[in-house]
Amino acid sequence: MTPGHPVLDVQALTKVYGHGDTAVHALRGVSLRVERGDYVAIMGASGSGKSTLMNIIGCLDVPTGGRYLLDGTDVGALDERRLSILRNRRIGFIFQSFNLIPRMSALANVELPLAYGGIRPAERRRRAQAALRQVGLADRMDHEPNELSGGQQQRVAVARALVTAPALLLADEPTGNLDTRSTADVLAILDQLSLSGRTIVLITHEDEVAARAKRVIRLVDGEIIEDRRQSRVDGPPPAASLAGGVR
Amino acid sequence: MSAWEILRFALRGLTANKLRSGLTMLGILIGVGAVIMLVAVGNGSSEQIKNNISRLGANSLTVMKSTSGGGAGGFGGFGGTRSRQQTNGPRTQARDLTVDDAKALVDPVNAPSVKSASPVTTSSSVTTTYEGTSHSISQFVGTYPGYFAAANKEIARGAAFTDDDVTSGRKVLVIGQTVAEDLFGTVDPLNKQVNVGGTPFTVVGVLKESGSSGMQDADDVAIGPLTAVQQNITGFGSLSSIVVEAKNSKVTDQAQSEITDILNQRHEISGSNSADFQILNQASLQSAVSASSKTFTVLLGAVAAISLLVGGIGITNIMLVTVTERTREIGIRKAIGAPKGAILGQFIAEATVLSLLGGVLGVVVGVVGSLFKVVGVQPVIVPSSIALALGVSVAIGLFFGSYPANRAAKLRPIEALRHE
Repeated sequence: MTPGHPVLDVQALTKVYGHGDTAVHALRGVSLRVERGDYVAIMGASGSGKSTLMNIIGCLDVPTGGRYLLDGTDVGALDERRLSILRNRRIGFIFQSFNLIPRMSALANVELPLAYGGIRPAERRRRAQAALRQVGLADRMDHEPNELSGGQQQRVAVARALVTAPALLLADEPTGNLDTRSTADVLAILDQLSLSGRTIVLITHEDEVAARAKRVIRLVDGEIIEDRRQSRVDGPPPAASLAGGVR
Repeated sequence: MSAWEILRFALRGLTANKLRSGLTMLGILIGVGAVIMLVAVGNGSSEQIKNNISRLGANSLTVMKSTSGGGAGGFGGFGGTRSRQQTNGPRTQARDLTVDDAKALVDPVNAPSVKSASPVTTSSSVTTTYEGTSHSISQFVGTYPGYFAAANKEIARGAAFTDDDVTSGRKVLVIGQTVAEDLFGTVDPLNKQVNVGGTPFTVVGVLKESGSSGMQDADDVAIGPLTAVQQNITGFGSLSSIVVEAKNSKVTDQAQSEITDILNQRHEISGSNSADFQILNQASLQSAVSASSKTFTVLLGAVAAISLLVGGIGITNIMLVTVTERTREIGIRKAIGAPKGAILGQFIAEATVLSLLGGVLGVVVGVVGSLFKVVGVQPVIVPSSIALALGVSVAIGLFFGSYPANRAAKLRPIEALRHE
């Protein structure tokens, strides 16, 4: 990690699905820089291209055109093997539908990225336990996903995303499938992570969620139409300063 | 990501659906077990036939008189391949086989492959009595001592008669088990006198039981010195046959051609005349039988191999279903940074573990199954069939598993994640 580089540097990104007359332009030249420690919420109606943008940023999909630098590395130039290492080390992904692996305990799920990263079992266990404690699930480590509530599953997913200490935490509508209480839990964890200096990019269409980010970007028809800063990059997130610190 | 780790993922994947994994394994188990068992049964029956034939004397050749070239041959319980020498057309001037013929065959110069040649005269259904007990011996043989080795007649008790017994025409007998039991019951037959057609013969030996071969009871036999038997029972007519023992099993064909040459010369057979004798060769009979039983074994093995292949296709099928079913999981794994190799390894390992476990269990079933008699045949396991069946089952796992595994590993994470 070279200091000075923005964590995320997206330049004139385009994505087209299909060909010719039926072509759908999901992204029409999006440029975006995210500095270290920022907490960005990307908002937009469905079909605005925000999920496409997220998938490209998370290296799950490839753009049609444009450049994408993650932590100073040009992602477009990487081969399959390096991409998988990048996904493993630099990015933590939180999905709307949790995407935990069934029939594996919470601990095993959290250990999984470390296993693929080649960390030794003892070290892996220690770090996974620490991550689960951080999201408040110290007493649910041996439960399988189907024995956990939605909110708990999402917290396991958050633990899995942050266990590798990635440069960038991506969350694709992390509260979309959660009730109010669980939403509050997850958002509090994200606030806390932001406070500890993690770079977070999340997608949402809920204003309450966006209100807790330091910066809000609005996407319409594949273009950024608004980029509003709510609080300083190196300061605490707005919700944390309102509540007067860590919950 | 160590290999052990990948194997652990694979095992977890398999145990997640135990019934399905078990049934897939069953397919391979049956395939491997069937290959091992059926090949063992084929092998066992071929061994059994070979044993039966070698019991008749593996190195022996039987020379018989032939009055007609095209007539059906066959000699008592022997039955065998006829030599090619005798051809077509009836013969009227066939010469008898004589003792001199037999003596001429033992010739280190012209017949180096011949170890011994025993003239044989036989009489069937000879009534023999001992202290009021009567038994009709189905085959009464007069011959030289060399016959015992040539015809594979082993002595269980007592001794065979000697050359001296032959020259002096001593009336001694070696009897088969059936004769001994029928005539003497529990009494020890050695040195007892039996009455054969009014002539007293002394029993000097009892043959080892050889079991029935074909339709005839091979133990219902008595063997005496040629001279004594000719004098008292069969008369000094022609010989029934000459039993020749070759030096070893490799030179039986050579011995056969040497015999043919000598007898052709002695019987003045040349060119257009067809031979007035025929030669039965046990070795060629044996090789013919073992060739046919080999075909039988291959046939059984092929049937079993098909079932192994079907088991392999079962693995492919299950792995394809598994991959499709777990596409989303593959997407998740890729999204959190699983390299292609780890995904590939996991699914190949799953398929290989399935086939290997099924294969090992199949070997166990095959080996245990081979301990029992199958339709009267004691299976004899061919070790290479175990290695082959197990190797093929693992190869099947690797081969048929790699296609679905490759499909899984090649998926783009976003495509896999969108899969429902």
